[in-house]
Amino acid sequence: MLKVQDLHVWYGGIHALKGVSLEVPRGRIVTLIGANGAGKSSTLRAIAGLIRNKKGVITYKDRDLTRLDPVGVVKSGIVMSPEGRRIFPHLSVFENLQLGAYSRSDADGIARDVEWVYELFPRLRERREQKGGTLSGGEQQMLAVGRALMSAPEVVMLDEPSLGLAPLLVRDVFEIIKVINERGMTVLLVEQNAFAALKIAHYAYVLETGGVALHGPGKDLLRDERVCRAYLGG
Amino acid sequence: MNSAMFIQHLLNSLTLGSLYALIAIGYTMVYGILRLINFAHSEIFMLGAYFVFWGVTLFSLPWPLAMLLSVVFTAGLGILVDRVAYRPLRDAPRISALISAIGVSFFLQNVAIVFFQAIPRAVYRPAWLENPIILGEVRLLPLTLFVPALSLLLMLGLVYVVYRTKTGLGMRAISKDIETSYLMGVPVNRIIAITFGIGSALAAASGIMWALRYPQLQPIMGGIPGFKAFIAAVFGGIGSIQGAVIGGLVLGFIEIMTVAFFPDLAGYRDAFAFILLIAILLYKPTGLLGARQEDKV
Repeated sequence: MLKVQDLHVWYGGIHALKGVSLEVPRGRIVTLIGANGAGKSSTLRAIAGLIRNKKGVITYKDRDLTRLDPVGVVKSGIVMSPEGRRIFPHLSVFENLQLGAYSRSDADGIARDVEWVYELFPRLRERREQKGGTLSGGEQQMLAVGRALMSAPEVVMLDEPSLGLAPLLVRDVFEIIKVINERGMTVLLVEQNAFAALKIAHYAYVLETGGVALHGPGKDLLRDERVCRAYLGG
Repeated sequence: MNSAMFIQHLLNSLTLGSLYALIAIGYTMVYGILRLINFAHSEIFMLGAYFVFWGVTLFSLPWPLAMLLSVVFTAGLGILVDRVAYRPLRDAPRISALISAIGVSFFLQNVAIVFFQAIPRAVYRPAWLENPIILGEVRLLPLTLFVPALSLLLMLGLVYVVYRTKTGLGMRAISKDIETSYLMGVPVNRIIAITFGIGSALAAASGIMWALRYPQLQPIMGGIPGFKAFIAAVFGGIGSIQGAVIGGLVLGFIEIMTVAFFPDLAGYRDAFAFILLIAILLYKPTGLLGARQEDKV
């Protein structure tokens, strides 16, 4: 279980996270929803080790991650796929995947996982020699997810994976999240598409101005009146 | 001018160009990753040259061993400079690192003045570099062949590292997006240190060969070659390794050929490089192979 207790984050003088606590149980999909600037991305970035200026405790399997750098976090089994996909446009699809496995040194395992990613996303196999920058938006998202999976993670954190994609592709993205979860991976998902996220999530947290406003099983929040008004446009 | 002379000039420009190219690679690699112009690079070049002659004269080491040790030592020094002067400023505004680089440059130059004294020292070349090679009408110093050959070897080694190894993959990734590389588990600081090590090793190799070619050492000797190599890097497109090599060779060619064909202009040979710089900055600021560089957000 990934556990965050009373997490505070500062950017310069701005107090961006004001005591966020959440739990991501093993094998589950947990989603963070909320308006822009509510602190969803900051929470993920803090867990991933990108933010130094923070207070609180982050533990995974009872191990303290709070002071680890991103490489340490990846090695402990947690990987984050950043917002905007951020694939490497000048590297080939294959090289992008190899880069995702940078923290590993088991050549056989890496080769197996490349095959696994190609099996998950056949389009990537077709385009394995192509530069990442030549892929379509949907393919880039597949590559971003595949690249994250290459670190052989136990927990995958996805920051806005559906952002900027055509509606049909958005559906695919949520399908992919379900598939990787069914393959045994724990998912922590940040989404502005609250409706779709709540539908697939086992549990959800609603963030507001740097704190948890409410939380509960995804299905319950879908019916919650406050959530509907604020995030589901109903 | 007959053809033998022309060939001689051509080989000379290849020698000079290779030396510029080796330095330019260090500028361009560091810039490619950190968007930092490492002004201390000229001093790394100078120290690489001094270390060899220290090794040979003070410790009576054989030449090849002294060269190897100097390259290794200088690479370590480059890594140290990054660790002490640049890494603490990684998150600071870019201008801070630039100012730090200027500071390191002055610091190393002055340390060299203290340790090695400011007077220029003559370099005694090993005998195996003194006997000219005669090919028909062309008389060559062995260095004229040795420098381009060794440079080519080093560049091939570099291409291998950058395009065929895991570390190279890491370098190419962080040159585009440091944060995402970090998120994917690339040990960014270690890769940057390796980059400084490689760049400094190449600068040391260049410095050593420079001192053999123009057999004199002084603490300010890095200045002009360093500036010209920087121009070569800008000309080729800063951030591009191939660009740095091409830039270095072109600059060497222009310099040697101008002096060869217009001996009256010999006194202005250093000025041409700077005229070239101004022209590039005016008409093609991205250089030959440089991509348009969006500022990273």
